[in-house]
Amino acid sequence: MDIHEYQAKKILSDFGVKIPTGGVVYSPENAENKAREIGGSKWVVKAQVHSGARGKAGGIIICNSPLEVADATDKLLGKKLITNQTGPEGKIINRIYIEEATDIKHELYLGLVFDRSSESIMVVASTEGGMSVEEISKEKPETIIRSKIEVAVGIQQFQAREIAFGLGIESKLISRAANTIIGCYKAFSELDATMVEVNPLVVSHQDEILALDCKMSFDNNAMFRRDEIAELRDKTQENSNEVYASDRGMNYVSLDGNIGNIINGAGLAMASMDMIKLAGGQPANFLDVGGGATPEKIVKAFKLISMDTKVKVILVNIFAGINRCDWVAEGIVQALSKIEIKHPLVIRLAGTNVEKGNEILKKSNINYIEASTLEDAANKAVKVLR
Amino acid sequence: MSIIIHKNTKILVQGFTGKIGSFHAEEMIKYGSNVVGGVTPGKGGMTHLNLPVFNTVKEAVDQTGASTSILFVPPAFAADSAMEAADAGIKTCVAITDGIPSHDMVKIKRYMRRYPKDKKMGLVGPNCAGIISPGKSMLGIMPGHIYKEGKIGIVSRSGTLGYEAAQQLKDLDIGVSTSVGIGGDPINGSSFRDIIEKFENDDETIAVLMIGEIGGPQEVEAGKFAKENMSKPVIAYIAGLTAPKGRVMGHAGAIVSAYGESAVEKVELLKEYGVTISKNPSVMGETVKKVLLENNLN
Repeated sequence: MDIHEYQAKKILSDFGVKIPTGGVVYSPENAENKAREIGGSKWVVKAQVHSGARGKAGGIIICNSPLEVADATDKLLGKKLITNQTGPEGKIINRIYIEEATDIKHELYLGLVFDRSSESIMVVASTEGGMSVEEISKEKPETIIRSKIEVAVGIQQFQAREIAFGLGIESKLISRAANTIIGCYKAFSELDATMVEVNPLVVSHQDEILALDCKMSFDNNAMFRRDEIAELRDKTQENSNEVYASDRGMNYVSLDGNIGNIINGAGLAMASMDMIKLAGGQPANFLDVGGGATPEKIVKAFKLISMDTKVKVILVNIFAGINRCDWVAEGIVQALSKIEIKHPLVIRLAGTNVEKGNEILKKSNINYIEASTLEDAANKAVKVLR
Repeated sequence: MSIIIHKNTKILVQGFTGKIGSFHAEEMIKYGSNVVGGVTPGKGGMTHLNLPVFNTVKEAVDQTGASTSILFVPPAFAADSAMEAADAGIKTCVAITDGIPSHDMVKIKRYMRRYPKDKKMGLVGPNCAGIISPGKSMLGIMPGHIYKEGKIGIVSRSGTLGYEAAQQLKDLDIGVSTSVGIGGDPINGSSFRDIIEKFENDDETIAVLMIGEIGGPQEVEAGKFAKENMSKPVIAYIAGLTAPKGRVMGHAGAIVSAYGESAVEKVELLKEYGVTISKNPSVMGETVKKVLLENNLN
């Protein structure tokens, strides 16, 4: 789960990380007042959307008066920001963060992630702040510092100091920088985060170490014990069909193609999408209804796919294990008696009681194309489109 | 021989009396697995499915001599149960539970480091289908009848894709020595490398089918291990060719976040290590058959 910049900043500041003074606003009047409240002579108006690269997309505006702050807010609110990470549909701007401008001396990069190879928490830092970590790894890999943290004891002062010295921070600021790194680590480990990224982390001309922009992501599996984080979810930043699916316990990802698919199991779902592509088609979605594929789940899945206007044909691929094919077939018949599907339907059943399952489908009055293998199903779905 | 579980392996069910635990325990018993009892804290002394229920894993191990456990405990309590099994001397624990937080998985793995190698528990999963040695024992939630007894080792992240492979092999009259589901989570108990090493050391297994997907370094690490240490052929299929970068594809671990984690990159790297690639998921069985013929392994 992703959260907004202002929410991440609030969390990090609770862990002792310094951030510029700022506040979130929802209207131009609000924004003007907030700028006066913050004080100073220069402000940054930042669109709050779940995406990086907001600056290049026009989502970050520097202003020299509270009136300019109001104008900039007016310009951004309610618009869709299209960045190189949002896709062409962009993301809606419903919240604006107003912040005092910072007098920047150096821009650094600081990130924390799980390292899947060593199964520890990894701190990644670089002197090249402001670029994405992918760009840094490509263009300035020699500037990257990596430090593995032993999770049983947590980050030690010396590790944070080593990173700070490695970033070329002046001696008098080392302990401040080290505390910033330790604060980020604590936020990561105590709140079930999967990613903390401060980019840039800046050294100001006033000798402050500040988190100028930050992103945090959290483990969806840990939300049962993180009410305070779950509350920060902003569904307006997610695809509406994906929200519908996740609220109903289905794993769904919206894609660009026109072949909708309903599969049980994440691996089989990915494999079916691959088959569609190899057959010359494009999947409209990834959808895993779960290993169980109960009739209720199948009804919900058909409903979800029927909401996607891109879909021109539907492919169902169920490998029934413990749940038998005859039961799955009943579920499909039941779903189609409740939901009207106008598109051609290709169904492939496999596994336990496959003959019985296919017989139930044949005897029903549903209009569909039967497929025997994964490959056959994908080929038939693509063919019916032509 | 098979790997990890054999005909007489004594099995405990953790989360025995719950709905899911009960259902799958019964399926395992029907298959012929040697389930000797279960653990549900607070229900010790009861009898469930004609088997004893214990309060603690330690007590269960003492009284039944069980070496192996399967875990159906809900996510919030699963880490605790896995550590309890490790401490009670369980040799292999299969965690079926889906939804264990990554921070908990890291904690379990650190906890297990306290034991010397010969006493250390092997954890398989979580979020997996479990293990089956066809005709001998089933320690999982798979449909046992789709697995034919034989000589191919299967290791898969995905459950249903592993079933697909077993069915394709069976249709070609090829059997399986053991099939291991390692699960779809980013931090898991056993890696592909851990399992293919066991297959290399198993007399009965003649070739290994590895079914991977996008995300993480494990498939490629296993490929490197195979090139350097294995005499048996390895065949692989990697799912997720069409998966967009940075999105989680159902499995928490199925996300491309670094170089070498996409399906195309994994396939390229595995080919360099001499692994035979099944070009699509419909020909996993045929690809295994072809490799067996080429290597005169029939």
